[in-house]
Amino acid sequence: METLLEILKELHPEVDFENCDTLIDDNVLDSFDIITIIAEISSEYDVNIPAEEIVPENFNSAKALYALIKRLSDE
Amino acid sequence: MFKKRFLTAVAVILIMTGTLYLLERLLMPKHVSAIVEGSLIEEYYKEEKGHDVIFVGDCEVYESFSPITLWEHYGITSYIRGSAQQLIWQSYYLLEETLKYEKPEVVVFNVLAMQYDQPQKEAYNRMALDGMRMSLSKFKSIRASMIEDEKFIEYLFPLLRYHSRWSELTAEDLRYMFRKGKLFHNGYYMRVDVKPVETVPRGRKLADYQFGKNAYYYLDRMVELCKESDIELVLIKVPSLYPYWYDEWEAQMEDYAQRHGLMYINFLELIEEVGIDFAQDTYDAGLHLNVTGAEKMSVYFGKVLQNTFGLEDRRNEVDLSRAWQQKADFYYRMKEDQYRELEEYGYLKSLGARPPESTAVD
Amino acid sequence: MLFASYGFILFITVLFVVYYLIPRRHQWKLLLGASYLFYYFSGPENLLYIFFTSLSTYMVAVKIDAIQKNQALFLAANSGRLSREERKAYRALVKSQQRKWLLLCLILNFGVLAVTKYTNFTIANINSVLRTVGSGTQLSFWSLALPMGISFYTFQTMSYIIDVYRGKHPAESNFFKLALFTSFFPQLVQGPISRFDDLSKTLYNEHSFDIQNVNRGLQRIMWGFFKKVVLADRILVAVNTIIRNPDIYQGVFVFIGMLFYAYELYADFTGGIDITIGIAQVLGIKVKENFKRPYFSKSTAEYWRRWHITMGTWFKDYLFYPLSVSGPMLKFSKFSRRRFGDGLGKRIPVYVSTILVWFTTGLWHGASWNFIVWGLLNGTVIIVSLECQPLYDWFHSRFHVKHTFGFRLFQVVRTVLLMSAIRMLDCYRDVPLTFRMLGTMFTRFNVSTLTGKALMGLGLGMADYMVLLVGLVALIAVSLLQRDGSVRNKLAVKPAAVRFAVYYVLIISILVLGAYGMGYDSSQFIYNQF
Repeated sequence: METLLEILKELHPEVDFENCDTLIDDNVLDSFDIITIIAEISSEYDVNIPAEEIVPENFNSAKALYALIKRLSDE
Repeated sequence: MFKKRFLTAVAVILIMTGTLYLLERLLMPKHVSAIVEGSLIEEYYKEEKGHDVIFVGDCEVYESFSPITLWEHYGITSYIRGSAQQLIWQSYYLLEETLKYEKPEVVVFNVLAMQYDQPQKEAYNRMALDGMRMSLSKFKSIRASMIEDEKFIEYLFPLLRYHSRWSELTAEDLRYMFRKGKLFHNGYYMRVDVKPVETVPRGRKLADYQFGKNAYYYLDRMVELCKESDIELVLIKVPSLYPYWYDEWEAQMEDYAQRHGLMYINFLELIEEVGIDFAQDTYDAGLHLNVTGAEKMSVYFGKVLQNTFGLEDRRNEVDLSRAWQQKADFYYRMKEDQYRELEEYGYLKSLGARPPESTAVD
Repeated sequence: MLFASYGFILFITVLFVVYYLIPRRHQWKLLLGASYLFYYFSGPENLLYIFFTSLSTYMVAVKIDAIQKNQALFLAANSGRLSREERKAYRALVKSQQRKWLLLCLILNFGVLAVTKYTNFTIANINSVLRTVGSGTQLSFWSLALPMGISFYTFQTMSYIIDVYRGKHPAESNFFKLALFTSFFPQLVQGPISRFDDLSKTLYNEHSFDIQNVNRGLQRIMWGFFKKVVLADRILVAVNTIIRNPDIYQGVFVFIGMLFYAYELYADFTGGIDITIGIAQVLGIKVKENFKRPYFSKSTAEYWRRWHITMGTWFKDYLFYPLSVSGPMLKFSKFSRRRFGDGLGKRIPVYVSTILVWFTTGLWHGASWNFIVWGLLNGTVIIVSLECQPLYDWFHSRFHVKHTFGFRLFQVVRTVLLMSAIRMLDCYRDVPLTFRMLGTMFTRFNVSTLTGKALMGLGLGMADYMVLLVGLVALIAVSLLQRDGSVRNKLAVKPAAVRFAVYYVLIISILVLGAYGMGYDSSQFIYNQF
């Protein structure tokens, strides 16, 4: 989780990622951010997030994103 | 609650249709000056019916016969149902419609329209059709007349056709929204100006002189309609020098008349007998006759009608005489007015004529 | 059948009445019939194409679904016996089976689209290559008509099959329902490109007559017609005059043409979408919005999130994301970061995807180079503005204007002008000509040529300009009102008289001011002796 928060912070230092749960709905993250995050996750966690998982529910909060990473690495 | 809603709905519909009706009246072209031909067809409905003779056809009928003259010389009552470039099916359906209102003794059809087998021009369609009252005959005539891009619904609701006139409305459109004064004399369009014939045109060669199937089809139907209604049909060709009347066309009409036992008169062959003088009797160098020409034609043709069909002289009918006296008064008043205008300007400005020095290029 | 035609108005009127008279369970079937009838009018042979797409997609979706169900059954039956690795391997095997089917479906349908839409473009390009190398042979063009709306319904149906493959929603088991999803007539002509899980929520339901809904739908339809018929079709005359006479209209007139075209396209496209969504609303069906006041956008990227939204999200979900997170791309990303460092290295792969997506978007708009260049320019503008971010940050740290109205207005105007300039490619339809014309805006910008007389020469009269001006005010006013909620909601709470007045003004203006029909040219009524 710490690594993930670091990735996010680096992208948007001004956002409170611990508590925000409308990252997509409020347009905090745009499609370019999402791609960058996925690339980072791929190298940091060795988890490839497939396109079908790019839905608001998975990207609206850091928590949800972390849950997604866990789920994908468990499978 | 329900009642209130119902009343609101009725009010809404009334206001809406009311507005649309007013807009339509406002936006339709009035044809009260310059292109008055557009008003020819609608004047019929205001008339007292019961005419002895009905003329149908294009400009060659409404410029070549004067019903007032026919009345004054022979006591024949007549009406001309013609409009600019009126196509044969338009004439047929106008006749069909006319027969719903009255049953004349004789119907006269000018055969120049045989040259057109297909619809020609939207503007002329409009002038022939817009003036007709809604009826089955009108619908059939519209369907037969539409050119590409024309829409039936735009005849049903002319607002759809003329809506874009909103930006060029004039005071005339407001003044004549509901009522126009009389412009014609039982369908006769009076012109007193003179423009003599200078050169006699020669017909340019055509690829095919055969009248079209469609034209014949409606001529056949006209013959049939008259026969069914026990009406005498007379075919004529008035003495206009242009459009050129070809010998091949003449032969077809003579042949047709003979086969159907119809009277056919080609006035081009009777110019001298009628007394037409193309230096005096035309207002546009031979295309149309002016009032002196039309009066001569009427005097001649009235005699033919009287002799051939034994049409009664009705000048002794008191009510009728009174009505026709009024018509005659209007006729002479207009004649005077036109001569006065001619004197003042040198040409009939109000009827869209051009100053004599300018040459027509159409 | 065009939206702005008597036939179409009759068609929807009859449909609306019948729709609410028949038993409600048959409503969607009526829509299917109506949609096929509508499509039939565009050319009977087109029905074959759309039927093929519906059928092939239906069958493949059912197949993919069946494979999925078998997998679930198999895994449940063998839950204890398989190791984690074995389960994983089995899943991968199943996925690859499903992928084969998906690919088959995509190739078939995009194939049809490619053949009908791009064959002649390809031939033209091959020919010009042949000419360049001096070959005398030239390929002849195909005479293949492009079926109406094929770009839209193909995209819509392909999003469905991909979503089934991705497990977003199950396959539709009723062929006719899928056929309706593919052919739903209001969106056939120009979108929006709906998603199955969204549209199917209301498309097949039983809808009872709801006066509120019908009313609002009708209001929206009329607003759409007003934009299209009164505004777009009117200003189109001037746009055409300018773009068809590039030798005469240069410099300031290119600028005028640019603004006029921005007006025309906005009124036409959003008007058409209003009609589409309005018709659906009258039928009780909810179609996704396609525009969100796009001309208020402050950047190109934002503009593309607000203009033709459903197309943008389609490209994002089905091309940009899959492309960006694909194995090769992630590898390229790692390489790029090693090579160019953490900053630029991170962005380069995103830019590569962006350019590819915008190339495709351009190609989707039309089979010609002007559209491709148009797409690439859009992508470039987005990338350049991202690369300039440090510059913006510096600017804003020095000048504190970011939240002032003036600066926001500047951003909006800049975005609209930029988009309008790029869009001229779609106007002139010729790449060198477009750039030459845009160039004259800088070399021959002479305001003194912009006289009243010159404006009248564009085919519009004083009255037309007045209508367009009033229309512009109305468009802006509605957009401003929309910012805090639906205009029709605001209207609904007004007294009946006010609502009626709005209807009244709309109907009368469409009928009278609409630029429809043959137009009245009084000169043709001048009686010119036969």
